[in-house]
Amino acid sequence: MNNHELKAQYEYRKRKSAEGMKNQFISFILMIFLTLVAFLAVGYDGFPKTFVIPIILLLACVQVIFQLYYFMHASEKGHGMVMLFMYSAIFVAFITVLCFMTIIWW
Amino acid sequence: MNLLDQKFTPQTWPEHPETATHEGKNKFIGFWLFLAGETVLFASLFATYLALKDSVPNSEHALAADIYSLELVFIMTAILLTSSLTSVYAIYHMRNYNFKQMQLWFFITVLLGASFLALEIYEFNHYVHHYNFTFSSSAFSSAYYTLVGTHGAHVCFGLGWILALIFRNQKRGLNLYNAPKYYVASLYWHFIDVVWVFIFTVVYLMGILG
Repeated sequence: MNNHELKAQYEYRKRKSAEGMKNQFISFILMIFLTLVAFLAVGYDGFPKTFVIPIILLLACVQVIFQLYYFMHASEKGHGMVMLFMYSAIFVAFITVLCFMTIIWW
Repeated sequence: MNLLDQKFTPQTWPEHPETATHEGKNKFIGFWLFLAGETVLFASLFATYLALKDSVPNSEHALAADIYSLELVFIMTAILLTSSLTSVYAIYHMRNYNFKQMQLWFFITVLLGASFLALEIYEFNHYVHHYNFTFSSSAFSSAYYTLVGTHGAHVCFGLGWILALIFRNQKRGLNLYNAPKYYVASLYWHFIDVVWVFIFTVVYLMGILG
């Protein structure tokens, strides 16, 4: 590669990573907002428990998706295998929690 | 010349330095496998906590809704989430081959992580002294301290790890030998925040709801 091409490629890459940074910053703002909504939903007395619990669990899942795909770069290429690991782990995690919550009765 | 010792300029630095070498690729895949294992570890602790929540021997013992405070947990959450963002900044600078900025943002991450840990120590101390809520007072308290304490231990380990990287590489600068090390440390830090998202939701928020 000659010097000119190298420089053009560098400029392109810098712009691309600046764009990635912008997405990460937006997801940070959204995560703070989701956290705030979850805390306010719990702090406000007017909502029934059966309504608030599914909402805050959903907000937590959305936050984790932001964290995985933007902060941990899982949306970039080459994350197929590692996401298979994570989804298998999430599956096992779900079964574990379900088991413990249904078999323990004391 | 060995690829690991090669000197780079911002122009020649690879776009994904963390996976540019064979060793880096192995670290990347191995570390994600470890995180998957950690997910299952924390799932078993969450499952135990949920099964034993509010299981106390008699009515003199504090329940979840009596002790947790929304304000403190919100501050801790905001601090940890911000530290996750600062470590993203650090990796951004790593990919742009800006060693000084990367070190600075990792150091800010450590400071935020340390303040999170300080608040957690304050919180545990408060529970022990004001509510007599100790590790061995009930099944509920044991499950609580095991879950939240294991997370705190991870924060503590992460702080030591990132600090060690910052000091060890201070004079070396950025190369393909240490770039994967910084990258997996940042993955670990984000994972700590992922676990915290579930702790503040499942333990604190659902605890306050009763």
